[in-house]
Amino acid sequence: MKVVFLGATQGMGRALARLMAERGDELFLLGRRLDTLEGQAADLRIRGASTEVGVAVCDLEHPDGFGAALDAATATLGRFDAVVVTAGLFGTQEALEQDADLRHRVLTVDFTNTIEFCEHARVRLLAMGGGVLCVFSSVAGDRARKPVILYGAAKAGLSYYLDGLDVTYRSRGLRTVAVKPGFVRTAMTEGLKEPPFAADPPAAAAATLKAIDGGRPVAYVPSIWRVVMLAVKCLPRWVRRRVDF
Amino acid sequence: MSDVTVAEFSGWGRHPVVTGRRRRAENLARITDGAVLTRGLGRSYGDASLPPPGDHVVAVTTLADRVLAFDSDAGVVRAEAGLSLADLNRLFWPRGWRPPSSPGTQSVTLGGMVAADVHGKSHHSEGCFGEHVRSLRIRVADGRILDVSDDVEPELFRATLGGLGLTGHVLEVELRLRPAASPWIQAESERFGDLDSLIDALQGASAQWPYTVAWADLSSRGKSRGRGILERGRAADPSTAPVSPPVPKRTFSVPLVCPVLSGATVRSLNMVRYWGRSKITRGIVHPESFFYPLDVVGRFNRLYGRRGFTQYQAVLPPRSGRAGCVKVFDILERMRATPLLCVLKDFRAEGKGMISFPMKGLSMAIDLPIRDHTQSVVNALNDFVAGEGGRVYLAKDALTRAEHFRAMEPRLDDWLRVRRTWDPDLALKSALSVRLFGDPA
Ligand SMILES: Cc1cc2nc3c(=O)[nH]c(=O)nc-3n(C[C@H](O)[C@H](O)[C@H](O)COP(=O)(O)OP(=O)(O)OC[C@H]3O[C@@H](n4cnc5c(N)ncnc54)[C@H](O)[C@@H]3O)c2cc1C
Ligand SMILES: NC(=O)c1ccc[n+]([C@@H]2O[C@H](COP(=O)([O-])OP(=O)(O)OC[C@H]3O[C@@H](n4cnc5c(N)ncnc54)[C@H](OP(=O)(O)O)[C@@H]3O)[C@@H](O)[C@H]2O)c1
Repeated sequence: MKVVFLGATQGMGRALARLMAERGDELFLLGRRLDTLEGQAADLRIRGASTEVGVAVCDLEHPDGFGAALDAATATLGRFDAVVVTAGLFGTQEALEQDADLRHRVLTVDFTNTIEFCEHARVRLLAMGGGVLCVFSSVAGDRARKPVILYGAAKAGLSYYLDGLDVTYRSRGLRTVAVKPGFVRTAMTEGLKEPPFAADPPAAAAATLKAIDGGRPVAYVPSIWRVVMLAVKCLPRWVRRRVDF
Repeated sequence: MSDVTVAEFSGWGRHPVVTGRRRRAENLARITDGAVLTRGLGRSYGDASLPPPGDHVVAVTTLADRVLAFDSDAGVVRAEAGLSLADLNRLFWPRGWRPPSSPGTQSVTLGGMVAADVHGKSHHSEGCFGEHVRSLRIRVADGRILDVSDDVEPELFRATLGGLGLTGHVLEVELRLRPAASPWIQAESERFGDLDSLIDALQGASAQWPYTVAWADLSSRGKSRGRGILERGRAADPSTAPVSPPVPKRTFSVPLVCPVLSGATVRSLNMVRYWGRSKITRGIVHPESFFYPLDVVGRFNRLYGRRGFTQYQAVLPPRSGRAGCVKVFDILERMRATPLLCVLKDFRAEGKGMISFPMKGLSMAIDLPIRDHTQSVVNALNDFVAGEGGRVYLAKDALTRAEHFRAMEPRLDDWLRVRRTWDPDLALKSALSVRLFGDPA
């Protein structure tokens, strides 16, 4: 499989890119810094990627560069089979309420610009006859909960969009995979209190790869979060007003 | 967004426990900035990887695990300090390379192996892990990032091998791997009815076998105390070994803390272990089964119950030898210390780590559950070991007293001098350095 990857330099993205490299997929990495991209490319190459791992700068805060970044991937890979987006920003509810600048960045990166990037990817994948568009949203977008309403709002919007892509374009060969991680121990969640069912990046990555290969439109990782979120969605409003998770 | 988490730290022995702040992320240069200590997978037993009490930041390396370069002709790999040995093995066994030295578990990081200068079943043939490290990239106390090796800042290099994180934060490790004809192991295990014949066989096997270790049964009494099993192995001949590379083994994890391991259960486990096989068994075995038999049960440390346990590992010089070993067993028996596991190893001479544990002689590692009198047991053992010219392994230790360690370590002042040169204000410290080197907490 030939994969364009935005966000392989850390966390779940790194773990997923490694699984792909180890089974011999061809990868092209996009990200905001050339040095971390190159270090990551070396790691993936040694771990088994079938060819040189190409890199190009693409910053989710600078949408003007999206087209060129995907063109650079096309120039190296030719036709590609999948675009994966694990890049994202997080802020605690407290931080996002207090810091207008951070709030703007998180909402813009996780919602507007991620969708903008996906639009570029969608057009290219459809032009190539289809493929997989795998994007990391979050369980935080399934239901408003006190600690994640701003971040969750951006992810809810993103999930909505991905759901729409699936119903609209699957028949034309675009297989959208919306990944909804629960709590995964990455740098993003460092500093947060760990809830039950916390997982490590390799486990989340393995579940994601299965969803990509199976073309599942929505994947909870780990899968127990499907049940957890089902329960959360059943909670009546008065309970949600009282509990703090 | 805060990137530090208030966390409880403890080692594999789950004793002691210290509260501090944890910083964990991919970028080691960032997370080590201002940290008092760096920690890997926390498989040292005692307080080596714990901050001093107080509000200190510990950098945790486990997300910093990129392999940065591999020279497939020379077998030299360069990786970040958080790469686990399990990952290293999984990547390089199938390509015909093996780590020259590895401890009894794969759940350790490169940084942890450097900082404890670990030894393994190959110590008599390959020495410590540090002998095979070509260079280190470290962040020293004043914040500078340096590449050190035998040629550049050799003293700092030697002080960092085995330096338990107190001379600098290890960011990257360049390691020379060994070619292996096959990753599979041709193994033999043989039963011996008493300690004397077990030790004879262990020492005798060193000449022919690159990997050796002995397990001794301390729960039997009288003449059969110290009977046990010798394990020896070498890389399998490719013509007889499976052609496929070994697939990582399934493991299961102990789900909760429960005190299953105590006198009676251990006695029966030891019986089963001792009698549960024929006098000699031979065969080609999975390298994980040979090198890391305990890894099959994840978090087995929980079986020692709430209070946790410690491992007393000491090496006695050849002149003390097996008489010394018997003496150690006597002390344990007299003080009713219920040792749970005892592993013997034949060491070759000490290597280049300035304060590394191994030296020529017989090493014994004994698991002791924490009881009210465990401190006095360790004191009594240390009195004896210090008098014999032996020393203890700090990566396993939680209870040794400063005076004992000083008495065992003529090399200590030299190492402390190097540490002071690079860190005059003692910005880097640990619960262990407060306990043993008198650092202010
Ligand atoms: C079942 C079992 C069997 C074992 N068998 C053996 C054995 O046979 N031989 C042996 O030698 N040891 C053995 N050990 C001990 C273990 O190998 C060492 O304690 C090793 O240091 C653990 O690595 P870690 O990554 O978990 O490090 P930690 O336990 O997290 O840290 C250990 C020390 O290294 C320092 N450190 C860690 N990373 C860095 C870094 N990046 N920079 C600077 N300092 C750092 C810490 O500050 C601490 O002082 C065993 C442990 C277990 C649990
Ligand atoms: N961890 C969880 O529990 C959790 C739960 C639910 C959802 N998620 C979602 O899952 C995804 C992955 O999370 P993670 O925990 O693996 O995150 P992570 O470890 O913090 O990694 C985030 C990745 O995003 C990249 N990135 C950040 N800002 C960027 C920008 N402006 N332009 C380009 N790349 C950028 C980072 O690149 P750099 O290396 O350049 O920093 C990094 O590779 C995210 O979308 C997150 O929202 C995570």
